[in-house]
Amino acid sequence: MAKKNVIVIGGGIAGMESASYLSAMGFNVTLLEKSNELGGHLLNWERLFPTMRYGKQVIDFLAKGIDFEQINKVLNVEIKSIEKKNTQFCVELSNGKTFFGDSILITTGYDLFDAHRKEEYGYGIYNNVITSADLEKIFMSGNPITTTDGKTPKRIGIVHCVGSRDEKVGHVYCSKVCCVTGVKQAIEIKEKMPETEVFNFYMDMRMYGMHFEALYKKAQEKYGIQFIRGRLSEAAENIDGTIVLKVEDTLAGRPLKMNVDILVLLVGFVPSKGSKEVGKLMGLNIGINGFYKTKDQHTLTNVSNIDGVFFAGSCTGPKTITNTITDARAAASSVASYLLGFDLHKRDIENHEEFWLYDSK
Amino acid sequence: MKNFGYTIQNDRQIDYDKNDTKLYDFVAESEKSIRTCIFCGTCSATCTASKFTDLSLRRIILYLKRGLNESLKKEIESCMLCGKCNLACPRGVNTRNVILNIKRGIEHYEL
Repeated sequence: MAKKNVIVIGGGIAGMESASYLSAMGFNVTLLEKSNELGGHLLNWERLFPTMRYGKQVIDFLAKGIDFEQINKVLNVEIKSIEKKNTQFCVELSNGKTFFGDSILITTGYDLFDAHRKEEYGYGIYNNVITSADLEKIFMSGNPITTTDGKTPKRIGIVHCVGSRDEKVGHVYCSKVCCVTGVKQAIEIKEKMPETEVFNFYMDMRMYGMHFEALYKKAQEKYGIQFIRGRLSEAAENIDGTIVLKVEDTLAGRPLKMNVDILVLLVGFVPSKGSKEVGKLMGLNIGINGFYKTKDQHTLTNVSNIDGVFFAGSCTGPKTITNTITDARAAASSVASYLLGFDLHKRDIENHEEFWLYDSK
Repeated sequence: MKNFGYTIQNDRQIDYDKNDTKLYDFVAESEKSIRTCIFCGTCSATCTASKFTDLSLRRIILYLKRGLNESLKKEIESCMLCGKCNLACPRGVNTRNVILNIKRGIEHYEL
């Protein structure tokens, strides 16, 4: 029997790990990536919660699977069209090449929320308002954290849930990783600048993962990071470039005003542009939050509405690195099962639509 | 009788079994969005009146739910119905209508 072909769309961590597993299981794998490097968002993140491991170590680990297994990696390409004829998929690329696949695995990930949209927090308006991604860039560069006029910040504020759990920007879901990222980044700031005060403004601290709670406790115990329960209503710039925050200290029951030198916005996940494009090209079902809709919420979490097309990673919803790697392996086994002629992904389960969850009645 | 200076303290507990939620129910009936409040405090943070008065819509909604209606009446008078809280609420609670309905409810039940 000729080797079956799988096309993996998206070279982030989900694409890398599923490609390794599929290749190891004996399939011909083509991994498509729009940028010039594999690794996705993880390339821009210095350290990972909860252990402070370097993101690069994870990329290097995943790359080992890819290097050994002779995967056809195609970088710097976008998809022009995808056609399905019988059980064959034909993918036409922007570089003029065409690939044929017996199955397609979609790993198109997420985009970060554009913080400009929360105008009341002043991103792009006030110089000393930055996002969690901007802060990672500073961490990666090794440069000291300074205000735009070069001063060492005496106080930094970190805002949780920017672009998440917010009807006003149309994203009602929790992005899952920001709470613990806020704790992680607060600790990193304190490690670099022990004299700087750090305040996290939160609605709920969602420390659901293994060791997350320990990181939260460490932040209080060892680093003296302070947590204020209140969602910022707005930030404004003082004449000296510092930022004044308006928030209610809900536990004290009184409005609170605070000046900070730098304000960090913890931006959440939004469905990626790439996911939208590929979804449109193929006619994939999109869920109510804009991420791909899987065939079932509990059981068929890697299965799409098109036979032979599967999902992995955060294209179906916000996920941690750990979740994504696990999901990539699960997706690889779903694809393998499909290509070997099993119909595990076609098992019946009573349909439970998600829409009633979002109905205000 | 000799006064030894002992008194009986009032019970501070919220007695949930005697919770009178009629005012909350009245408001929730005409403005269902009140049920989705997560007490994040964005409304009270943005509130122009809260800086100078005791007004906190977050606390008002919480007290309504707990049936602690006595303190509401005075507190709510500070609201100027500017609607800033309406713009800020991440849950899309129609806060302005909540306040109007609390006022209606206070009148209705002659609280």
